[in-house]
Amino acid sequence: MRLPKGEAASGLLLVSPPLVYAILLLAVPLGSIVLLSLWTQNFLTFDTTLTLANYAEAFTDPLYRTLMLRSLAISGSVTLATVLFAFPIAYFVSFHVAPERKALWIFLITIPFWTSYLLRVFAWKVILGFNGVLNTSLLGLGIIDEPLTFILYNANAVVITLAHAYAPFTILPIYVALEKIDRSLLEASRDLGENAFVTFLRVTLPLAMPGVVAATLIVFIPTVGDYVTPVLVGGPDGRMIANMIQIQFLQLNDAPMGSALAISAMTIVAAISLLFLFLMRGFLKERA
Amino acid sequence: MKQGTGLRIYAVAYLIFLYLPVALLPIFAFNDGTVIAFPLQGFTTKWFVELLSIEALHGAVRNSLFVAITTAILSTIFGIFAARASSRYRFPLKGGILGLIMVPLVLPEIIVGVALLVMVVSLMGLSLSLWTVVLGHTLICTPFAVAILSASFNGLDRSLEEAAIDLGETAMGAFFKVTLPLVTPGIVSALLISFTISLDEFIIAFFLTGSEPTLPVYLWGQLRFPQRIPVVMALGTILVILSLVLLTVAEFFRRRGVRRTGAKDTGGFL
Repeated sequence: MRLPKGEAASGLLLVSPPLVYAILLLAVPLGSIVLLSLWTQNFLTFDTTLTLANYAEAFTDPLYRTLMLRSLAISGSVTLATVLFAFPIAYFVSFHVAPERKALWIFLITIPFWTSYLLRVFAWKVILGFNGVLNTSLLGLGIIDEPLTFILYNANAVVITLAHAYAPFTILPIYVALEKIDRSLLEASRDLGENAFVTFLRVTLPLAMPGVVAATLIVFIPTVGDYVTPVLVGGPDGRMIANMIQIQFLQLNDAPMGSALAISAMTIVAAISLLFLFLMRGFLKERA
Repeated sequence: MKQGTGLRIYAVAYLIFLYLPVALLPIFAFNDGTVIAFPLQGFTTKWFVELLSIEALHGAVRNSLFVAITTAILSTIFGIFAARASSRYRFPLKGGILGLIMVPLVLPEIIVGVALLVMVVSLMGLSLSLWTVVLGHTLICTPFAVAILSASFNGLDRSLEEAAIDLGETAMGAFFKVTLPLVTPGIVSALLISFTISLDEFIIAFFLTGSEPTLPVYLWGQLRFPQRIPVVMALGTILVILSLVLLTVAEFFRRRGVRRTGAKDTGGFL
């Protein structure tokens, strides 16, 4: 048995390569965009006087504000839709599938997530388009007389596409939480005279909440910053904040403004996530 | 069971919804017409043949393979270090250090992309290349490798390694002769998953490629031209099949690893 001091040193030495990498390529770059967001672009050079002017613009300019609020609204809808639709699936696999077939179901659910994201989003454009698969099929079957136009190049299309793309992310954490539930608790509730529905509401659901909370954050955080989906299926009214960040960096060549927008978006998302965790803290306590 | 039946129907409908967009790729890849709409125009393999003659595409495939293989190796090596440290040792700030390594999992990719772009180009004055894409991809693939390999290392029986040391092996020898062979399935699985993620990743590559596009960046450029769509569908079909093969192999190794260490199979990569 080694001394604890030796163990600590060995552990730190072993973890140092990935740690140094994370510091150099994550912490330092994030620090750089924070610094850059406090500078201003002066044609081809940076004005390195520290100022909050970019942030003032990010929060007051109507265009940036609209994009930010829309991104949050779209992400919120996507999160709500994916969690609501995913819960029954996670519940089904955990409670109604034979143990030896559970891994197969989880494998089947995760496969589409591993196929090219770009092509899945593009496929939705093909499905939802004016001459798309859905419209041509419905027209061909005589269900509609003219193509539906409210399903592509707007925020609805972005919500549908993102809800599809993030579905597996919600199923897995909820499934893991459901798997952890001690089945004897459910039997106890039934033995004490509660019906199946009340048992679900008062025993299963509260115990599954850590999974639901994880699923919510796993979808909400990355979707706010999604770039591909708004460009392919969003149209002008479906653009989100990431599109503006990209435009600032690669087209307007205003990296400080782009950095300020990126930091603002990240801060707002982090604040909402922390508030959500705070509101849900009752469900997240360890239960005996 | 009545409740179970209703849920089963819902589950099957949900799976159809999940697979619908993916299923469209092969349908239109073999369709003899440039318009992507029903009814289908007849069967053809000409889009696949056309793939063979696009030089820019072949370059993009080579670039992507280089990036994905390099990323897979680097992420898996970092993953082995972090997972071994996490499962075997106690050290100060352990939670914070491992937390920092795992952060890219919950960071929007566009943030990773712009942050690296700013550091490499604006502050360090370097030019973009395939290596800058590798830097970004390694950052986001490492957490996946750590997660997979932690499961492998945690499932190990410590006494096996101790037995080897008692029998006269050095600590290093015991690690290479006993521990490493036992976690090999986890290593293969981590390599394949990192490779697959890197091969598909678009947004970081979009910000960090210079003049040599990766496959997704090339595809992104093609999506603007309606006449190229059937070729894109054909390429997509090949990519889907490739991903499926890689994942099935990764899953096979993961399960073998679970069996080898005698742990309970909890299913899935995440």
